[in-house]
Amino acid sequence: MAEIKSATEASYVRFENVQKSYDGEVLVVKDLNLDIQKGEFVTMLGPSGSGKTTCLMMLAGFEPATHGEIFLDDRPINMVPPHKRGIGMVFQNYALFPHMTVAENLAFPLQVRGMSRSDQEDRVRRVLEMVELPQMADRRPAQLSGGQQQRVAVARALVFEPDLVLMDEPLGALDKQLREQMQYEIKHIHENLGVTVVYVTHDQTEALTMSDRVAVFEDGVIQQLSSPESLYEDPQNSFVAQFIGENNKLNGVVEKIAKGICQVRTDDGTLLYAEKVNVDGVGDKTTISLRPERIEIDPPKGTKNVITGRIEELIYLGDHIRVRMNVAGNKEFIVKVRNRADRRPLKEGQDTKIGWLAVDCKALDYVGQ
Amino acid sequence: MSDTAINTMGNKAQNLAADNAPLIAADGTPLKQKLAKTTRTMKTRAFLLTMPLVLFIIISFVIPIGQMLHRGFYNPAVSNVMPNFSVAIKDWDETTGELPPEEIFEIFVKDMTLARKNREVGKTIGNMATRINYEMPGSRSLFTKSARKAGKITQGPYKEALLAIDKKWDNHALWRTIKRASNDYTLSFFLAALDMKYNENGEITRADPLYQIYIPILMKTLFLSALITAICFVIAYPVAYLLSTLPLRTSNLLMILVLLPFWTSLLVRTSAWIAMLQQQGIINNIFVFLGLLEDESRIQMIYNQTGTIISMVHILLPFMILPLYSVMKTIPPSYMRAAKSMGATNSYAFRRVYFPQTIPGIAAGTLLVFILAIGYYITPALVGGSDGLFISNLIADHIKKTLNWSLGSALAAILLVIVMIFYWMYNKLVGVDKLKFG
Amino acid sequence: MKLTKLLAGTAISLAIASGSTAAIAKDLTVVSWGGAYTKSQVEAYHKPYIAKTGTNIKSEDYNGGIAEIKAQVEAGNVTWDIVDVELSDAIRACDEGLLETIDHSTLPAGADGKPATEDFLPGTLYDCAVANIVWSTIFAYDKSKMADGPKTMADFFDTAKFPGKRGLRKGAKVNLEFALMADGVAAKDVYSVLETPEGVDRAFAKLDTIKGDVVWWEAGAQPPQMLADGEVALTTAYNGRIFNAVAGEGKPFEIVWDGQVWDLDLWVIPKGAKNKETALDFLAFSTSTEQLAAQASYISYGPARASSSPLVGKFHNADIDMGPQMPTNPANLTNAVQNNFEFWADNADQLNERFNAWLAK
Repeated sequence: MAEIKSATEASYVRFENVQKSYDGEVLVVKDLNLDIQKGEFVTMLGPSGSGKTTCLMMLAGFEPATHGEIFLDDRPINMVPPHKRGIGMVFQNYALFPHMTVAENLAFPLQVRGMSRSDQEDRVRRVLEMVELPQMADRRPAQLSGGQQQRVAVARALVFEPDLVLMDEPLGALDKQLREQMQYEIKHIHENLGVTVVYVTHDQTEALTMSDRVAVFEDGVIQQLSSPESLYEDPQNSFVAQFIGENNKLNGVVEKIAKGICQVRTDDGTLLYAEKVNVDGVGDKTTISLRPERIEIDPPKGTKNVITGRIEELIYLGDHIRVRMNVAGNKEFIVKVRNRADRRPLKEGQDTKIGWLAVDCKALDYVGQ
Repeated sequence: MSDTAINTMGNKAQNLAADNAPLIAADGTPLKQKLAKTTRTMKTRAFLLTMPLVLFIIISFVIPIGQMLHRGFYNPAVSNVMPNFSVAIKDWDETTGELPPEEIFEIFVKDMTLARKNREVGKTIGNMATRINYEMPGSRSLFTKSARKAGKITQGPYKEALLAIDKKWDNHALWRTIKRASNDYTLSFFLAALDMKYNENGEITRADPLYQIYIPILMKTLFLSALITAICFVIAYPVAYLLSTLPLRTSNLLMILVLLPFWTSLLVRTSAWIAMLQQQGIINNIFVFLGLLEDESRIQMIYNQTGTIISMVHILLPFMILPLYSVMKTIPPSYMRAAKSMGATNSYAFRRVYFPQTIPGIAAGTLLVFILAIGYYITPALVGGSDGLFISNLIADHIKKTLNWSLGSALAAILLVIVMIFYWMYNKLVGVDKLKFG
Repeated sequence: MKLTKLLAGTAISLAIASGSTAAIAKDLTVVSWGGAYTKSQVEAYHKPYIAKTGTNIKSEDYNGGIAEIKAQVEAGNVTWDIVDVELSDAIRACDEGLLETIDHSTLPAGADGKPATEDFLPGTLYDCAVANIVWSTIFAYDKSKMADGPKTMADFFDTAKFPGKRGLRKGAKVNLEFALMADGVAAKDVYSVLETPEGVDRAFAKLDTIKGDVVWWEAGAQPPQMLADGEVALTTAYNGRIFNAVAGEGKPFEIVWDGQVWDLDLWVIPKGAKNKETALDFLAFSTSTEQLAAQASYISYGPARASSSPLVGKFHNADIDMGPQMPTNPANLTNAVQNNFEFWADNADQLNERFNAWLAK
């Protein structure tokens, strides 16, 4: 898995101190620095309005950067118009030209480049085979299903063999099942062709499934840039912890720090131990973040954090049971219990002991309730 | 054989029977009947809801247009005024070169006397004289004058007596014309509308070039309308594009400016153009003030074609902008961006991607403007002067001034046919289902 | 029960109300050409008539022609009671049975005791129409801009001697007569020449010589306005309109009487007029010697009665003798044509067609 790379290493796409404002009052992108390696699949993930799409549009050339510079292959591209950047792009609603057939759509970038007709046909056929739609060449986009349109859009972004492909929420319009299937297909195309992909989405599953690295955006700032695994396992702040995956919050005050483990007194007086990630020192308020699947019911002896909570609600989900508990004053505390034959029967209203390891919970910046 | 096998066979038999016999609903009535019954109330209700519109269209469009078309062919003036004569004259063989026989003259004089005495609205000698005068200019007073004196003719020979009143009755061509006009149905008015007529021998010929007016004006109307449509398009396209891309607040303001002419009376707008364009008007004054023009050489911009074109372009512009705007509004900016990302320059992307998608709007706008333009008449009448005349002005003239409603109807019918031809051509070229009017 | 009673009561009271108003004040809709002309009629006819009878007069304007009369009569819904029309229209409408006939014996005798049939000028009384005034189409110019102005109809067509735009009425009528007179045809021969195809060609050929300089007008109010605006240097016009611009607004216009084509305006009553009796009474009142003479002090149109002429005095608010301003003034009649309604009834359609074709060329 790719680790965070140093800026000195040669990178294919580089954002350097980029700022963007539309109205001169609010910065949509605040001092962005980002390096993307050649052949990498990088996802910009964040809620709407977090600045991720703006970054993509600046990279594509449709929005000028207010400040800073964007480099492509070490070349500054701020003054390069979009049609000279040679970047393939897949749009949110595909932007397939409705008045052209699939083949004409695919041939468009080739025509622009003055390619001979036979070469065009050859390329179009190959790219259609790649996306498994060889028989659809003469259809109009409106005659295709959503998934087929999506594939054509991907094919069109790739047909002129760009080194960099941008994708702006390309799966947003598809239903869940198709979306999952397309995630794998795009991932495979990326692996086979070795192109660099910058992908924008607000769907964390998509980001985690496909990317080499994920940049989590919030409020115009990259909150964390790392591999999907470390994003989930080692969130650097409360926003990332809550945005990626499911998460339980417990608020408290740091009483002691030793060997990277904080001793935290929760609001109702319970003492917990958590890995120090984003707290400064003793006396700080902190929010402890804890994944529901890391919690055990009736923990074995020696478990660092043991606490008693009351079962509020049980939801049967087949592979696991979701248990909503009242723990240390948090009534929305979720525990996932694996569905095993030997599991202990649980009842609503029961007081139950639960526990988890100190490394499984992170002491992060305080966010309150 | 097992039970299941028997069951399947039974099912098959049932299915087979169902294929042949009509399906039966649970209560035993055929399914189709049942379905018709349940949907009948819904259909009736839907029909009743559309009734006002259907009635409105029939009363305000279908009937008047049908009447108009009919009137172009149908003019019963002679048979109304002279019911007996118009029947009798049919027996006259005009090929002999002789005037009609005495008994027809007798019926003619008696019908004339009666009509003059009754003076019934629409059935007077004047009505008939007007009708004959259309085909034989100058004959009107012959009828009206003779009718005043015909009362004195009490006995035969009627032919001599009538000829004694006015020897112009001794004119074979006149009687042929009268006979032709005694038919309630006639082509005369459509011929006149196409600058043709019956000659003295009853053959269809072209009208004297000095009197050919309708075809030249029609051609000019089509040409000017096409020109006005083209100018509207050239002006409207960028405006509509701007409207569709500007932020809502600004585009709303601009839209109000576009629609402002809609909210102003046509006469006010046209008068405003007169004030602007006339020789002592604002534009000429500005030119003279700036020293661009000498006071003596002020430009004539109104009461001619220029004036007609300028003011009609202004009046019809919204009809071009609105369909274009409604189509452009639906084209997301991502199309142009996609084209550019694939390497297309602005102009190439516009030509290949944007423009083709606006064609439904262009088609709707040009069709709308063109059809409105060829039917215009108030503006050409006010600012057209002598060479800004449109075919509708002639139609209006015949309906309102000369009262030759049959000719007006024939011209209107021809105009209607032309509009329908254009509509049909559009349907072939663009497809009416693709037209977007707003 | 209550409802029917109520309805019946309302109906009865409405009937009483309408009956009673009819008994007290009669209604009359008088239709004329608008502008200064209608104003002169209001002053000379309407006001005295209202004062005398208490009739409620509604004055409406129209633009001439018999289209509206025809439409109303044929629809059987006649809202106009008495209409001021041109002679050719009066004849045609009468021929087509659109008008009530008028008994000339009901017209009042002249101030000098002569019966109406003798007092009215020759050719002013018809079966369905009674003339009120004589008006004329003349041409005029702005003498402040043209010190040594045109004197004859030929001058009007002489663009070398008198450069500038000309205003002409859009239509064949009168223009063809003007053209022939300018081309040297004597006034008395105008219609006999015009009756021949060569005569028509000659008239159009003469019009051709000024076609490029013509600004066409349609409404009577336009020519004085165009003259005032400087849009035209010379223009044909109705004499009363020019006179009113001079007398009423002090415009420096000069009328050229040479070649004038004079015509009549007449009262007609559409067939089936709702207030026919009142209309007849109003007609008799307004065409009496005094009323016709009174009108002449508001507009320079000549009264149709001989006995009115001696009573014609000065313009109502200026010291201008009206006599010399009348089309019928002998000095103005030296070279003048009376519009031949019969010729135009026969040939208007054809000549207008040719005129339009000529115009569009």
